[in-house]
Amino acid sequence: MSEYLVLIYSDEASWENVDPASAGEMMGKMTEEHRVFGETNGAALRGGNALQPTSSATSLRRDATGKLVVTDGAFAETKEALGGYYLIEAADLDEAIAVASQVPAPYGGVEVRPIRVFD
Amino acid sequence: MLAATIRVTGDIDVAEECVQDAFARALVAWPKSGIPMKAGAWLTTVARRRAIDTLRRQTSQRRVMTNFIDAPEPELPVDGDLPSVADDRLRLIFTCCHPALSPETQVALSLRLLCGLSTSEVARAFLVSESTMAARVTRGKKKISTSHIPYRVPGTNELPARVDAVLSAIHLVFTTGHTAPSGSDLMRRDLVERALDLARLLRKLLPDDAEVAGLLALIILTDARRRTRTNSEGALLLLSEQDRSLWDRDAIEEGEALVREALRVRPARRFALMAAIAALHAEARSWEETKWSEIVAIYDALLIEWPSPVVALNRSVAVGVVDGPEAGLAALSELTNDGQLLGYNYLASTRADFLRRLGRSDEARAAYEEALELSENYVERAFLTSRLNELGD
Repeated sequence: MSEYLVLIYSDEASWENVDPASAGEMMGKMTEEHRVFGETNGAALRGGNALQPTSSATSLRRDATGKLVVTDGAFAETKEALGGYYLIEAADLDEAIAVASQVPAPYGGVEVRPIRVFD
Repeated sequence: MLAATIRVTGDIDVAEECVQDAFARALVAWPKSGIPMKAGAWLTTVARRRAIDTLRRQTSQRRVMTNFIDAPEPELPVDGDLPSVADDRLRLIFTCCHPALSPETQVALSLRLLCGLSTSEVARAFLVSESTMAARVTRGKKKISTSHIPYRVPGTNELPARVDAVLSAIHLVFTTGHTAPSGSDLMRRDLVERALDLARLLRKLLPDDAEVAGLLALIILTDARRRTRTNSEGALLLLSEQDRSLWDRDAIEEGEALVREALRVRPARRFALMAAIAALHAEARSWEETKWSEIVAIYDALLIEWPSPVVALNRSVAVGVVDGPEAGLAALSELTNDGQLLGYNYLASTRADFLRRLGRSDEARAAYEEALELSENYVERAFLTSRLNELGD
C-alpha cells in the first residue's frame, strides 16, 4: 500500500462569477458531494481539508541575500488554484486514480502525487 | 522473458539485469550440459530465480509492486510449466502504455521493452539524440516505480480506454514510419515493421477486440501500398498516380477480412472506420473509380467518433474530389480559421492543391511556399518544389 496526495485545483474566477443567489446552493451541493465521497471511500482516506482561497495565502521566499521576503498571495500565479486536498492510501496508481476520480472538482481537476517515503 | 521476470521483480531495471544474468549463466552451463530442449523455459526460470533471490536480499530497501508471484524455487525445467507468456506480454504492453505516461514515453518504452530495440535505435527512429531518448526511457521507468503503476492487465471496465491508449501508441509508431516527418527517406521501414509486430501481437492477445482488428487492418492495408509510394527515382507518387497492380494483393485480402470483423461492432469506432477508408482505396481499381462519396460519409462518422482537426483535413480532401476544389476549400477554411492546425504542413499543402486546381496561382504559390517552410521531409519537399516550379512566376 502506498500513500498519495490528491490535490484539488479550481478556477477561482469561475466561482466568483456565480451570482450570490446560486452560490449558497452550489456550496451546499459541493459539501454534500464531498460528504458522499468521504463515505464511499472512507477506507482509503487518511486526511483531507478544504483550503481558504488564494486571497488568504501568504508566500515566503528568500531573496538573493538570504533575507526573508513575505508576500501576499499564492506561491505561483496559476489559472487554477489549489483549493483543498485529500491524503489517500491505495495499493497502486490505478487504485489511487479510481479514488481520486471521484473527488468533486468542478472548474478544474485533481493532481495525484505519490508520497515520498524515506527509508 | 523480460515480461515474465518483471512479474517477479516488479522493477524493470532489476528484471533486465536478471535476464542478462540468465544469458551469462547459459553461456557457461550449456557448453557443459548441452542446450536444453526448452531453452526459452530454462532461461526464463533462471532469470526468475535470480529475481526472487534479488528480492529476498533487497526487500527492506526496495518498494515492490504488490502483484509479484512469491513462487517457490522451481526446478530447472525440461518441460516447463510457466505462466502464460502471452499474459506477461499483455501486462507489459499495458504498463508501457499507461495513460500516466506521456505519449512519447509510451512509444519509447514500447519500442525498447516490447520490440527490444536498443536505446540508440529508438533515438534514431524519433530523430532525437541518444542521451535524450535514454533520459526519456529512464524517466518513464522512474514514473512507473515511484507512482506505483501496477504491472497488470486492466480490469474489464477499464479495458476499452486502456486498449485505446495502446492502439494510439502503436498507430503513432506506424504513422511515423509510414511517412517520416523528416530525413531523406519517405518511409522508415524499421518503424513500420515494429508497428506491424505490435499490432499482430495485440491481435493474438486480444483476438475478440474489434478495434485491435481495426488497427491491424489499417496498418496492413496502408502498408500494402508501400511499393508504389515513390517512383524509381525516389520521387513522391500521389495516390492518383500509383500503379495499383503493384499493391500487395495478399495483404489487401487479409486487411479486408479484418475490416469486416472490425465493423461488426456498432457503432464503429475510429480504427475500424479508418481501416474501412483504407479498404475502399485498396479495392478501387483507380483513383477515379474509388467510392469517394462513401469515403466522405465514413469521414463524417469518424469526425463524430474522433473530432480531430487532422481527420477534418483528410475529409476535406475527399470532399474536394466529390464536390470539387471550391467545396474542398470551404471545408478547409473552417479549419484554417480555427487555428488548430497552425504549423501543420499538410494543411498548407492541401490548401495549395485546391487553389492550384482553381487556377488561383498567386495564392497557390504562397500556400506551397508555406508548406515548404513547414516540411522537413526531403521527398515531400522535392514534390512541393516541383509543384511550385510548375506554377512558374
